[in-house]
Amino acid sequence: MSGRVFAAATVATAGAAVAFLALPVVALLTHSSPARLVDALGDPAAREALWLSAATAGIAVVIVVLVGTPAAWVLATRRFRGRALVVTLVELPLVLPPAVAGLALLVAFGPHGLVGGALGDAGVVLPLHTSAVVVALVFVAAPFHIRQAQAAFAALDPALMEASRTLGASPARTFARVAVPAAAGGLTTGAALAAARALGEFGATLMFAGSLPGVTRTASLAIYDQFGNDLDAALALSAVLVGSAAALLVTVRLLGERRAAG
Amino acid sequence: MLQADLRGAGPIALDAELEVAPGRCLALAGPSGAGKTTALRALAGLLRPAAGWIRCSGSTWLDTEAGVDLAPEQRRVGMVFQDHALFGHLSAWRNVAYPLTGLPRRERRRRADALLERVGLAARAEAHPRELSGGERQRVALARALAREPAVLLLDEPLSALDAHTRSGAAALLGTTLRETQVPAVLVTHDFAEAAQLAQDIAVLDAGRVVQTGSAGELAAAPASAFVADFSGAVVLAGRADGTTVRLDGGDVVRTTQPAHGPVAVVLHPWDIALDDPAHAGTGSARNRLPARVVSVTASGGRVRVGLDAGVPLVAEVTPEAVAALGLAPGRAVLAVFKAAAARVVPR
Repeated sequence: MSGRVFAAATVATAGAAVAFLALPVVALLTHSSPARLVDALGDPAAREALWLSAATAGIAVVIVVLVGTPAAWVLATRRFRGRALVVTLVELPLVLPPAVAGLALLVAFGPHGLVGGALGDAGVVLPLHTSAVVVALVFVAAPFHIRQAQAAFAALDPALMEASRTLGASPARTFARVAVPAAAGGLTTGAALAAARALGEFGATLMFAGSLPGVTRTASLAIYDQFGNDLDAALALSAVLVGSAAALLVTVRLLGERRAAG
Repeated sequence: MLQADLRGAGPIALDAELEVAPGRCLALAGPSGAGKTTALRALAGLLRPAAGWIRCSGSTWLDTEAGVDLAPEQRRVGMVFQDHALFGHLSAWRNVAYPLTGLPRRERRRRADALLERVGLAARAEAHPRELSGGERQRVALARALAREPAVLLLDEPLSALDAHTRSGAAALLGTTLRETQVPAVLVTHDFAEAAQLAQDIAVLDAGRVVQTGSAGELAAAPASAFVADFSGAVVLAGRADGTTVRLDGGDVVRTTQPAHGPVAVVLHPWDIALDDPAHAGTGSARNRLPARVVSVTASGGRVRVGLDAGVPLVAEVTPEAVAALGLAPGRAVLAVFKAAAARVVPR
């Protein structure tokens, strides 16, 4: 094959791939008129679903960052027996089918679950409650942040932390003042990926939290609920989710470029 | 005063006893893997030796028998790392101010500025490490290490990340700083000339063990082993320069081609020094002819190292034929002859 033919073939393949990936998104945004989409967003049920999505994803990301960041630090800096097993367990939700994740949460935290009974006795009943959505989102989104944060921490020059210690800083101050700021790019990327995953969550939420309007019906669940009877409403919600996902993706990319430049 | 006895730390099994008086600098010299950095890290508390103790200005930092092992932040050390380890997310002055906790921001800034001024970087206080040159980064690292008013300065190859041009200026600043601060300092280096320039005492490490301790001149003139002889390589003569003449501490005068003033070290290679019989002294082009007495004769490979006492310790490297022709043996009087151009002058 001559160089020219090869170039033409690869460009054609790339074009086909991009077209295939972009076409559904374009269709989503052009199927209905913008005016009707904006109109559909005026519906209180749609707004409620979006608000619920934003709130639960926001809370979930805060929990993921607050708990996941120190956890990632431990995984990145400590060598201990069974570390490989722990890392695998932490990353498992990444590859778990969402329906399986939901079922797993149900048999763990549900009324007849592993610890659900004890939770129930303590007055905490998760399913069909907004907190169950947050639990599901944390479960599926945490590995995205932990993986990124762990890689970012592992890439830091250990001499930075050692320098901090010799300059009189405790391990806690070293973590807060040196490790976290120095790994800020990776940590933000991790948080953005976790947010994107949380916003799009569907299966685990449906299985574990249910689809109760105003309580557990997030935007993704509302889309599924609406597309049979009000396509415009489903499309409007989808457009908002596409926009948020794109914004998060751009954030991640810009951070990556800034890190490469810095 | 810093005193330490370190055994079996980390990746290299140490067997090192160290003692450094205030205002003095001890160089830990030797090839890669000799345990220099391991010893320095043990002093800083970044790794724990299997056994040993460290005492510094009256407090015990480590005593494995008594179960004492202070964390790095509890030891008052000022450490300059090999690649400087500056915090990239902080400006130069914030790097320097990092150890200055519990002070109002203005006071931290004032002290950081004063330290940056001391290393000649006052104008770069707001710059971030990535905007600084290698030499500037090294100076920020030095200012930061001084900020905590350390009881001991630990320098891990502080000049190795610099190019040759920047290095001489950085070495001069480091030398001035060491003299001014008057704390014990430990310098890790694999460069004998650097050790000779900055340190009064050099401990040569090999496989974790201190094989010899002495001044640069002593090590070069009377190496305790072929390893030390190989490592020291150069001859170092201490003296005071006045233009192109240097009056050596032993009283003799040597001529050089590099004008200088004040305390200097004349550095030359043993193979640049020829030996002559004083009874039949020739009149070659070499300007420097020092009367000396042979102290030792050590064969090393196809060459012979001849240790000399010319008021200052000195070593020449000659052929076995020359040893036979001149009848070189301890006690023999000779002339050590070398050209002015062979001698390098470095500030001391």
